[in-house]
Amino acid sequence: MTLRLTQASVTHANGAQALRGVDLHIEAGEQVAIIGPSGAGKSSLLNVLATALRPGNGEVQVLGERAWHLSARQRQRLRARIGLIHQAPPLPPRQRVVTAVLAGKLGQWGMGKSLLNLLHPLDIPGARAALARLDLGDKLFAQCQQLSGGQLQRVGIARVLYQAPEVLLADEPVSAMDPVLAEHTLSVLCQHAREHAVTLVTSLHAVELALAHFSRIIGLRDGQILFDLPTEAVDRKRLDALYANEQLASMSKPAPPSSVQIPRC
Amino acid sequence: MLKHDVRDPAARPRLLLGLLAVALLWPGIHFSELDLSVLLASDSQSEIGRFVAAFWPPAHDEAFIELLLQATLQTIAIATAGMALALLLAVPASLLASRALSLSAAYRAGRPGLWGQWLRWPVRGLLILLRSVPEIVWALLFVRAVGLGPTAGVLAIAITYSGMLGKVYAEIFESVDQRPAHALMQAGSGRLAAFCYGILPNVVAELLSYTVYRWECAIRASVVMGFVGAGGLGQQMDLSLRMFAGGEVASLLLTFLVLVLLADQLSRLLRWRLA
Amino acid sequence: MNRLFNVLLLLGLGAAVVASFVYLGIDLAALGDHSNLKQMSAYAQRFLTPDLSPAYLKAIGHGMLETVAMSALGTLLAAVLGLALALPAAGRLGWPLRSASRLVLNALRAVPELVWAALMVFAAGLGPNAGTLALALHTVGVLGRLFAEALENTPPQPADAIRLQGGSALWAFCYGTLPNLMPQLLAYTLYRWENNIRMASVLGFVGAGGLGQMLYVSLSLFQEAQGSTVILAMLLLVFTVDTLSSWSRQRWVKA
Repeated sequence: MTLRLTQASVTHANGAQALRGVDLHIEAGEQVAIIGPSGAGKSSLLNVLATALRPGNGEVQVLGERAWHLSARQRQRLRARIGLIHQAPPLPPRQRVVTAVLAGKLGQWGMGKSLLNLLHPLDIPGARAALARLDLGDKLFAQCQQLSGGQLQRVGIARVLYQAPEVLLADEPVSAMDPVLAEHTLSVLCQHAREHAVTLVTSLHAVELALAHFSRIIGLRDGQILFDLPTEAVDRKRLDALYANEQLASMSKPAPPSSVQIPRC
Repeated sequence: MLKHDVRDPAARPRLLLGLLAVALLWPGIHFSELDLSVLLASDSQSEIGRFVAAFWPPAHDEAFIELLLQATLQTIAIATAGMALALLLAVPASLLASRALSLSAAYRAGRPGLWGQWLRWPVRGLLILLRSVPEIVWALLFVRAVGLGPTAGVLAIAITYSGMLGKVYAEIFESVDQRPAHALMQAGSGRLAAFCYGILPNVVAELLSYTVYRWECAIRASVVMGFVGAGGLGQQMDLSLRMFAGGEVASLLLTFLVLVLLADQLSRLLRWRLA
Repeated sequence: MNRLFNVLLLLGLGAAVVASFVYLGIDLAALGDHSNLKQMSAYAQRFLTPDLSPAYLKAIGHGMLETVAMSALGTLLAAVLGLALALPAAGRLGWPLRSASRLVLNALRAVPELVWAALMVFAAGLGPNAGTLALALHTVGVLGRLFAEALENTPPQPADAIRLQGGSALWAFCYGTLPNLMPQLLAYTLYRWENNIRMASVLGFVGAGGLGQMLYVSLSLFQEAQGSTVILAMLLLVFTVDTLSSWSRQRWVKA
């Protein structure tokens, strides 16, 4: 069992409950999408899986290890095998893209390599390859502050791809991209996961994308799992229940916007 | 396919910068004769060790405490008297140098005429000159001219700080809205009257705040100038250091730190009250 | 009530000023009397013919280089040590270390450079080494405090992300926090260097090398001609530094 949560609960500092007694297990090599309304706890769930957040109760097992029973050093080594794509890419504005991508392997490099990389990027072809898969090969030496939101998200993804983790967790990885780009990037991620037998868990806002690319869908609402089903079993009724009181993204063509004619005097 | 560059474009500039830094470091170390080992060398360590050990206990015999209090009062007096003299020179100089009093500016939407600019340069130049020479150099010169003691310190502060205060005052006058003064001048009032009614009310708070801040700096400067013989705590510290009296140096240092702290608090209080 | 208090305050200030003059026993009238003024002007006149011989100018050049080197290396040392002390002072290594390091930084800062120089001359002997160490010690206090404040205001997310992917705390700092911090650290360091060049000129008065030591020695030997050359060199140095820094600030500071 690659990822296993047993009755995990997380409470925020202000008292709000982010996750309530969540039970989850995901096998190695699976590709899972997590969907749900805003505030359902998708980010908290992914952070718990990434061992970024410690659950108040319950147990977290990642890659066969009970994450919070390890020593700090062992946990750091475990984290090098887990890749988390953040919703807001944590990239320093003045850093160059090449250094930001190469930083992905900091958990695996020794002292000498890490130091040398600061002065001169050591693996330019590797960084370029990671960026090229996301169509950013020409931005290798640009500064992060010169990129748009969508480009920055792709750099964050490239960094995690370069890290080559065994478990890939993605928190809204395509939220800042236009629909075509989002579709393309998601297929790159899924293809990478298939080719390298990587476990992929993604949270998504766009339900169509989730249904199109993933074989297993988990619906989260108010910190609890509403359903955990293969894609075929997810129907309109379940989605409505999940997103109750939320406008569901229409899967048919959007209604043409009504135009108001302002009479000119 | 576009041909990508395989080299890091930042590699060459970084290498050059690195080489430059190393190239400058060598003569830098040579000229500054930097040698951190003196702090750790065995013979000086025992000397330093003994000196630092002598810091405790700080000297607190009655005669020395009295000397300490006198020196402290002297330092405060030097700073206050020096500031008073500095103000005597700075206030007229700032009025002369400031474009806020320019009559021609009142008629040209804020920019003084040619004569208005040129005639002010010498005064501004003088103020800049007065403040460019560090006060301790003036102190050294005055000690040679009028002898050891607090007079040299007072004069040194008076000269340097008149330059500082004058220049900053002039700039403060120019930084507020000039239109009230201009309106008065256009209505026929004299420069000084226009200044007093139009500009002064707006700047009083800032002037006082800066002056009190400078007084606090003057106290620190008085101590420093004492090292060249201008009286106060600094002169005492210099004497005690020469005599290797560690305990006395410790007491003097502590007194200095307390004095600076008190002066800081007093200046905050005054700035809050008067501003 | 307010007005009364302010009036009393002003009267108090006036009284303090008068008391200062009385306490110091400065006789301003005597200062301004004829024989005193004559004496001072005679002294001033001896400065009007600076010694510009090539041999002495060479010595002045050496002194200027010494002064600049002292300030540069002192500031450089201070920047490195200041950054090292800023890490605990910003709370990155726990609360007890935070208070301790802040105390150390404040103590280093409070003692003026000249007092440090006097102490360092005692420890390291006469010469520019004492001056460099003195500048370094004082500036560590100043820069350490500025760096700690900058460090506290940096967003922690980039460093946290690197910790999360298995990187050690050191690399999280270097790759995540430092790139954001560098421009500010550099700006503070350059500003202090500019100030330290001015200070380096005068540290020599207590024997710490540079132009200051030359001035002190020449004045003590009553060689006013040489002394005035040194003063001119000091003015030149300060003027050059001021011009260069305002020019570079206009050119490179991005609004």
